[in-house]
Amino acid sequence: MDIINTYGLVLIVVAAAVGFLMAWGVGANDVANAMGTSVGSKALTIKQAIFIAMIFEFAGAYLAGGEVTATIRKGIIDSAYFIDTPELLVFGMIAALLSAGIWLAVASYLGWPVSTTHSIIGAIVGFAAVGVSADSVEWAKVGGIVGSWVITPAISGTIAYLIFMSAQKLIFDTDKPFKSAKRYVPFYMALAGFVMVLVTIKKGLKHVGLEIGTMDGYLISIGVAVGVGILGRLYINRIKFDESLDRSMHYTNVEKIFAILMVVTACCMAFAHGSNDVANAIGPLAAVVSVVNNGGEIVAKTPLVWWILPLGAFGIVSGLALFGHRVIRTIGKGITHLTPSRGFAAELAAASTVVIASGSGLPISTTQTLVGAVLGVGMARGIAALNLGVVRNIVVSWIITLPAGAALSIVFFYILKAVFVV
Amino acid sequence: MPSNSFLGVFAKSPLKPLEDHINLVNECAQLLTPFFERVYQLDWAGAEEIRKEISKLEKQADDIKRDLRTNLPSGLFMPINRQDILSLLTEQDKLANKAKDIAGRTIGRELQVPEPLHQSFKEYLARCLEASNQAKTAINELDELLEAGFRGREVNLVEKMIEKLDAIEDDTDSLQIHLRKGLMNIEAQLNPVDVMFLYKTIEWVGELADVAERVGSRLEMMLPG
Repeated sequence: MDIINTYGLVLIVVAAAVGFLMAWGVGANDVANAMGTSVGSKALTIKQAIFIAMIFEFAGAYLAGGEVTATIRKGIIDSAYFIDTPELLVFGMIAALLSAGIWLAVASYLGWPVSTTHSIIGAIVGFAAVGVSADSVEWAKVGGIVGSWVITPAISGTIAYLIFMSAQKLIFDTDKPFKSAKRYVPFYMALAGFVMVLVTIKKGLKHVGLEIGTMDGYLISIGVAVGVGILGRLYINRIKFDESLDRSMHYTNVEKIFAILMVVTACCMAFAHGSNDVANAIGPLAAVVSVVNNGGEIVAKTPLVWWILPLGAFGIVSGLALFGHRVIRTIGKGITHLTPSRGFAAELAAASTVVIASGSGLPISTTQTLVGAVLGVGMARGIAALNLGVVRNIVVSWIITLPAGAALSIVFFYILKAVFVV
Repeated sequence: MPSNSFLGVFAKSPLKPLEDHINLVNECAQLLTPFFERVYQLDWAGAEEIRKEISKLEKQADDIKRDLRTNLPSGLFMPINRQDILSLLTEQDKLANKAKDIAGRTIGRELQVPEPLHQSFKEYLARCLEASNQAKTAINELDELLEAGFRGREVNLVEKMIEKLDAIEDDTDSLQIHLRKGLMNIEAQLNPVDVMFLYKTIEWVGELADVAERVGSRLEMMLPG
C-alpha cells in the first residue's frame, strides 16, 4: 500500500509515458496493415490514407475503444490475487507495456509481422502467471481470447467471400457491369457506414455522455447509412468516366467506382483498427491509473478516467503522422496485385469483423482478421496469386509473439519489483 | 518481405506474364507473312532480316517464360491450377519455336514456293496465323476472367472465342488438303527434294494452327464446368 501512496504519481506518469509510446508504436506500425490494402490497390494516395487514418483512427479509438480496454484492464487477470499487493498489479501492467513495446520494436526492426494484440496479451499473462500465481490468470477468458484469434479470421474470411460473391453476382456478371456498379456500390457504402455507426452508438457514446436507446440506435444507424449511400451515389454521378476505356478494358471504369467505395471502407478499417488496437496501449495504463487513484484498492467497477482514451488516440495519431508516411510509402512501392473490387471486399469484411468484436470487448488482431479476409477473397477465385508461405510465416510470428511477450514481461516485472520494493 | 506488413501475402500475378508472352509469340509468328512475301520474290537478304527479327522475338519470349517459371513457386494459392499455367506456357512457347523453325529451314534451303501455289499458300498461312491471333485474343481475356472470378458471362465469352479458334483450325485442315493437292499436281516438274521440303513446310505451318488450338484448349481447362 505504501508504495502506491508514495510513488502514486510517479507510477501513473511512467505508465502513461510507456502507454503513450506503445500507442505511438501501434500507430506507426499497424497503420500499414490497416491502410495498406487501400494504398496497395491504388485507391488512395499516401497523403489521403494518412489523412483518413488520422481522423478515423482517432474516432475509432475514442468512440469505440472502451470495451476492449476494459477487457485488457480487468478481464485477463483475477484481481482477487492482488488485493493485498496492488503494487504487483501496477508493476505487472507497466512491465507488460514495456515488454510489448520492446517486442514490437524488435520485430519491426527484423521485419516480422507481429501482432500488437498478441504481444500485450502474452505479456499480461506472462507476468501474472509466473510473477504472481498461475491461478491469478483467468484462463477461461484467455482461452476465449485465443479462441477468438482462430475464429475471427474464419468469420472475416467467410464475410469477405460472401461480399465478393455478391459483388460478382450484382456487378461483374451482368450485361452492363459499369451501370450495375453505379447502382449497387452505394449500397456497399451504406453497409460500411451502418456497421461503423451502429457500434459507435451501441458501445462508444456512453462514456462521451450520450445514452441512446436500442431502437433509436438502429434508426440512427440506418439513417446515417442511407445518408452515406446517397452521398456516395451523388459523388459517383459527378465523376466523369472515360467511356472509350469500356471497349478495350471493360472493367476499368467499374474498378474506378470500386476505388471510390474503397475510400469509405478505408475509413471503416481505420475506425476498426483504432477501436480495437488502442486498448493494447491503454488497457494496462487504465489498470494502473485505476489502482493508484483508488489508493491501492482494487475496485471492480470504476469508470475509465477521462484522459486515457484520448491519450491513446492521440498516441496512435502522432505515431502515424510521424512514421506512417514512411511505412505506407514502402507498401505503395511494392506492386500489390490487388484491384479495388477485391480490396474493398477484404477491407469491409475485416473492418466489420473487427468493429463487431471490439463492440463485444474481444481483443482480436486486426492484421489477422485482414489476412483471413484476403484468403476469403482468394477462395472466391478473386486474387491472382497468394503466397501461402508468407501466410505461414505470419502465423508463426503470431504464435512466437505470445511466449516472447510473456518472457520479456516477466523480466521487466522482476526488475520493477526490485527497483521499487527495496 | 519488404516490411513487417501483411501485404507480402500478395504474390506476383502469373496472368500478366502469360499475356505478355502470348502477345510476343504471336507477334513473332505473324512475321511469317512478310517473311514469305520476301520468299515469293526470292529476296533472300530481306527474308534473312525478318528471320533475325523472328529469332529475336523468340528469345524475348523465352526470357518471359523463364521468369514466369522461376516466379511460380509451389506454395502459391491461385484461382487456376499451377500445372495448368505451366503447360499453357509450354504450348504458347511452341508458337514462337515453330515460327523460328519454319523461317530458319526455309532460308537454310532457300526453299522456293512455286508460282502456281502462291495464292493458296498465302491463304493457308494467313488462316493459320489467324488461329494464333485468336489464341492471343482469348489469352488476353485472362485478366478479365480474374476480374469476373472465373465465372459467369466472361467465361461464356471466352468459351465462344475458343470455339471460334477451333473453327479456324478446322478450316486450316481443309486448306491444307487443297494446298497439298495443288502441290501434287505440279510436283513432277519440281526438284524432288524441294517437293519433300515443301510438304514438310506445309505441315509445319499447319502445326502453328494446331498449337494455337492447344493453347485454346489449355485455357478452356482453366474454366469451370
